[in-house]
Formats: sequence, C-alpha cells, structure tokens
Amino acid sequence: MNGMNILIVGVGGQGVVLASNILAEAALSAGFEVKKTDTLGMAQRGGSVVSHLRYAEQVASPLIPAGEVDLLLAFEKLEAVRWAHFLKPEGIAIINNLMLPPLSVTLGTAAYPGDAAVQAAFQRITPSVHLVPGTATAEALGNAKMVNTILLGYAVRFLGIEPAKLQSIIEAALPARFRQTNVAAFEAGRKLEAID
Amino acid sequence: MERQLLSGNEAIALGAAHAGVRVAAAYPGTPSTEILEAAARFPEIYTEWSSNEAVAVEVALGASYTGVRAMASMKHVGLNVAADAFMAAATTGVRGGLVIISADDPGIHSSQNEQDSRNYARLGRVPCLEPADSQEAYTFTRLAFELSEEFDTPVLLRPTTRVCHSKSVVQPVEPAAITLTPQFVHEPAKLVMLPGAARGRWPKLTERLEKLAAWGETAECNHIINGSAELGIITSGISFHYAREVFPEASFLKLGLSYPLPERKIKEFTAGVSRIMVIEENDGFLELQLKAMGLSVIGKAAFPRTGEYSPDIIRAAAAGAGLTRPGNPAAAGDTELAKRPPLLCPGCPHAGIYFTLSSLGHRSVLPGRQARPPRLTICGDIGCYTLGAYAPLSAMDTCGCMGAGISQAAGMARAGLPEKPLAVIGDSTFMHSGINSLLNAVYNQANICVLILDNATTAMTGHQGHPGSGVSPAGERRNNVVIENLVRGAGVADVTVVDAFDLKAVRNAVKQGLAAGQLAVVIVRGDCPTLTRKRGKPRLVNEKCDDCGACLLVGCSAIQRDEDGHIFIDRSVCVGEYCTICQQVCPRGAIVEAETAS
Repeated sequence: MNGMNILIVGVGGQGVVLASNILAEAALSAGFEVKKTDTLGMAQRGGSVVSHLRYAEQVASPLIPAGEVDLLLAFEKLEAVRWAHFLKPEGIAIINNLMLPPLSVTLGTAAYPGDAAVQAAFQRITPSVHLVPGTATAEALGNAKMVNTILLGYAVRFLGIEPAKLQSIIEAALPARFRQTNVAAFEAGRKLEAID
Repeated sequence: MERQLLSGNEAIALGAAHAGVRVAAAYPGTPSTEILEAAARFPEIYTEWSSNEAVAVEVALGASYTGVRAMASMKHVGLNVAADAFMAAATTGVRGGLVIISADDPGIHSSQNEQDSRNYARLGRVPCLEPADSQEAYTFTRLAFELSEEFDTPVLLRPTTRVCHSKSVVQPVEPAAITLTPQFVHEPAKLVMLPGAARGRWPKLTERLEKLAAWGETAECNHIINGSAELGIITSGISFHYAREVFPEASFLKLGLSYPLPERKIKEFTAGVSRIMVIEENDGFLELQLKAMGLSVIGKAAFPRTGEYSPDIIRAAAAGAGLTRPGNPAAAGDTELAKRPPLLCPGCPHAGIYFTLSSLGHRSVLPGRQARPPRLTICGDIGCYTLGAYAPLSAMDTCGCMGAGISQAAGMARAGLPEKPLAVIGDSTFMHSGINSLLNAVYNQANICVLILDNATTAMTGHQGHPGSGVSPAGERRNNVVIENLVRGAGVADVTVVDAFDLKAVRNAVKQGLAAGQLAVVIVRGDCPTLTRKRGKPRLVNEKCDDCGACLLVGCSAIQRDEDGHIFIDRSVCVGEYCTICQQVCPRGAIVEAETAS
C-alpha cells in the first residue's frame, strides 16, 4: 500500500481539523508513519484553514511541498482555488459545492471566483476534479456540520485505507450522541456521486 | 508502551508527566496553550492558568525550590513578560527540575512579532533544547528535567508553532519513578540574591555552561547523520525535517541542544564535508556561534532572515544562491483571490461595542457614501477583540503588547492629545497586565476612557480561565475576582457596567465615558458565544429590506448578500435573541425573528 500527501482546506468552523485528525489516526492504525500540521491564523474565526497530512513508510517534513499533493479535499470553492497549485499533475481534487463569500466579497471590495474560474484553475493541473454536493447532502441528513464526515466518506475510495477502519475511527472520535448520525453521514458520503 | 499520534504540545505534556512533574503553570498564548491543557488531564499534576507569564515562572520556581519538578509554559512574547523571573531562576538555579517552555512563532501565525527565544538562553546562560517533532518534544522534555537537576539550572525548551501544532508519532517509554516530599532547605547563599550572594552565584553560571557544552559533545540529542561528503548541513528544530526533504543526500549535524554548542563535535563534522550550510528559522543564532568558532558556513546570506521556513522556501532560497537546482516549478498560487481574514464570531459580544466605536469614530461608511476623516483615538490590545481592527469595523488604532492599550492612552492624554483617548482591553488581558496600567492611570490622573470587554474567558486561545472567570485548567471552579470591584478598589470613581448586546446602553456609556472630566471605566459584559454555545431563534430579513447594507457594517459573518445583491442571514450560524445587534442597527426594522416573519 502506498502513502499519500493530502491537503484539506476550508473555512474556520467547517471541521477541517477534525477531518484531518480522523484521517491521520486511520493512517496510523494502518501502520504508516504519519505527520500532519494545521495552519490556522489568529486562532481562526471564520478565516482560511489548511491542514497538511502525509503518510508513508517514512515522512520528513509535515508540510507538503507545492506540486506534491495527491489528494486535495476542499470544503469550499474559493479555498479550493487558493490551494489548487499544491496538487501534483494527475492529483485528485474533491471539492464541496459550497460558496462562502468572505466579508470583503459581501462588502463589494473583492470578487468571488465564478464556476468557470474554478474549473480553469484546475484544468491547468489535473483532469480528476470531483465537485460533490457535500453540504446539500449534510443538510438533507439534518445537520450541515456533518459535511466533513460526508466528504471523508466520499474520499475513502481514493485513500488506500479500509472504509471500516475509517468508520471505527470516526465513531471513536465523536461523542456518543453524534455517533449514529455521523456513521449515516459517512455511508451517505461513500454512496455520493460527483456533480457532472 | 503503545505508540501514539500526538501534537508537539501534547507530547511535551506527556513527557513532563512521565518525568514526574508536580506543578505546571502557564498563561495561554498560541502556539503554547495546549501544553497546559494537556497537562491538566493528569490528576497528579497541579495545573494553573497564572495571571501572566512572570507569575507562572515564579510559581514554578517556588515549587522547584521545594525539590519537586515544575514547569512554566508560554509563547515567545510571554517570555518578555517573564524575563525578570527567568533571569532570577537562571541565577539561583533550582532544586527540583525546572523547565521553562517558550514556543516561538516563526511566520507570525498568531502573534505581534517574530522573536527568537534562544537569545534568552544566551542571556541567562541557560541550556536550550529544540525539539524537531513530537517524538523529540516528548524525549527532550524528559531530558530537560534531568539536565536541570544535574546542572542546577532551569532549562529552556524552545518548540516552534510547526512543532507545537503538528502531529506525529510518539513512542513513549516507562515513566520515571519519582517520589518526593516537598521540602524547603534553607540556603540563603543560593536563594537570596543580595549582591554578596549574587556575586558568588554569577560565575557559577559560566562554569555551568562549560560543563553543559562538554556534555553536549557526546549527547545523543546532538547527532550526526552521515551522507554526502560534498554537503554538510547544520540545523536544529523543524528546519531539520524541511532540510532532509530538500537535501536527502546531504550529511547532517542535527543539534538538539542549540545552546551551548559542542565545539569539538562540530569541528569533527565540518572537517568531513566540503561545503557547510546552516539552516535555521528566525535568527542566525547557530550561524553566529559557528562563525565565532572560525568556521566558514553559508547561512542567512542564502536563507531567509524572517518568516517561517518550509521545504519550498528552503529549496527556492538554495536554488537562488546557486546551491542547488530549482525543483519542479510548481504553478504559483493565485494571489488575486479574495482573502479570508478571521472575524468576530456571529453572536460575539464585542461586535456591538466595535460597531458603536466604528460609527462614533467615522470608521465605516455605507457603500456609495463618502468616507470621512476618522474620529476617536482607540488604543487596542491583544485578544479576540483585536479583530475589531479589520474592516468593516476598523476601530483600533494601536496594538503593541499585552496590557499596553491603557498605558498608551494615558501617555497620549498626558502628551496633550486634544481628544480624550479610549483604551479597549479584554478581561483576561486586563487581569494579565492591564491592571498594572490602570493603577498607573489612577495614580497619575490620566483623563482617559477605558473599555473592558468582559466575555468571562480568554476567548482567543480557546476559552482558558483567568482570575476573573474562576475556572481551573481541568474545569473546576476556583475563586473569581469581580472586575468592577477590583476597578473601584483601584480608585476609579467613574465605573459603569453595560450589557454588550444593548446597543443604546453601550452608546450612552461610551459617550458619557468620553465626556467625563476624569478617568472613566466602562465594563461591557456579554458571554462568548463559542463558550456558551447558546442557539436562539435565528433572525431573518423581511420584505422591508432595501439592501442598504447598514447591517453588513457590524461585520457579522452570518449576514451576507446573495448573487442578486439581496441581504440574507445564514440561519445555521445566527445566534438569534442572544445577540440581535443587526436587528438594532437596521434603519428600516427589516430584521426580525424567524418565526414571527410573515
């Protein structure tokens, strides 16, 4: 089984760090050397969040060099574009179909990239772009906060980690009252199909 | 023992617990905060949030004097606050092992400056250990307690943000079996630093340093990795892993003890390689010492003098200096993209006061309106509420270091600023060092208005307790200081307490505080929403809304515009009746409770 470089990006409060912790624990129990690091500015109140996760037989730096990411898991479209250049050619991008405009966009001093710009940013790098309705699926299941579990469910098909192993780590990481709903979210993510 | 995936901070706490530490004190500060939080999970360790870093070091030093192992943790700027206590500990030395942890923040992820704590090691003639990952954070912490007792010295442990907040695998070993009864041994010549005794101690620090340097010659924490004879790299901390990523073939001397340096080992290493590079974040601390040994090394001439390193930065710098070939030219990121700075949370009690200051101070204007020259001089401070400096609030004019706002305002008033200056400070910062500044303002009759934003916690770093909140690191109740009583007791006559979510009351209190002919203190009180997690009925925007954008000036991330320019409120994050700031701001009464909307 091969190791991977995974970059998880999103907005403060979306559960990026929890998702990356869960994946890291899964990789550890799969026998890998694991390093991960989260980059958060000013304790992160609604700002950009990026988490680097690497697992392999041996890992030196916890930070992934640009152009060496195998899998980019983006919880939001603007953040996906911000980190697109970290993907290696033929790397995989999974992008949650969600737009969270920063205040500068709401106030009209900056622009949010349109869908064409998002596509163009990735076209230069890789054909493997999966736009997935993570937030819509989470809302349909009753809680938008479960988007991280749904995205993990979708991503597991690319990870080389047994889905059952990942699921047991999700269960262990969550308080009892959230367990069942998150297992359902993980299942929903596994069945999810990308938007064409 | 089972291997674990731990952050550097968790690994430091585990290492301390396994070293038998009994007392741990800290003031929260990113990236160091989680060290004490993790230590608080061990019931055998007494943990406290001290009111500031100097106090934390003094508490730990006192414990050490009774013969038990103790530690104090803080961020780099906290070591400035603790500098006096640090030097005192360096001079007297210790009884039980004393470890002082100062977490540096290269790249300024969450700080007001970048500074290299290793310089304090040199100042105090104290050994400095630099862990590169969680395993070393664990091992070096245990080692630090042993060194401390063996060499009669506090030990400075210097992790950096990327070590503190990265997770990697730790293989713990059996805890040390330490059973000690605290006991104070009277020895004034060691512990009472009157000049006569201090003169006796000071040369001992130099002897200590020489012994430590000799220890470092054979210590495992300074190790050589043999590789190419062409290129030798001397490095410490996380830079070691970055350099290994970029130069896998090179020979390495990895220094775990970065002060004092093992000269013989260094010369042995450098004799075997034809070119030597020094790769270290922050200052050229190792480089300077290596050059003083007469060695010819490439350091800051090629590698950045500021900012956080990464494999990409090291590769680019080395390529730029002709030391290696450039890597794969990765497509550069899009720098034109809208930035996403952090914001006050929806339901934040600071939003109302900053909206008030912003409008009274002419800081924000409605779209399409002409900006006016700003009014009010607002001296800020360190905490969540520093985010009030960002647009659209833009209501902060200075921010330097913990507790400085009140004194800066007093200085401005005494300098003769025609307008009465305002100081804005959070409750935790007030307890940390704001109280000193307030005492000074009372005594020196500074005509200023002080706003204490009391959300009953240290919110910025993740809700740690402080003397005003009365919660211990393990979540138990402790005594708490009542801010208004403290302020009155300090001699302030004009004290008002207002509800942070009552905009009219907030506005009146600020106006009165500014109009008063003396020092006025306004305590603006409201719970931190991310601590209480109270969720009310969300607000919504009804048909009366003309999309004027006044509500956007509150800077609440729950209020947005859709693609057609219409205002809407994100129901999933709005805290409803626990806030209602936008409702009070809306000139058309178009923001209402969701259920009552037609």
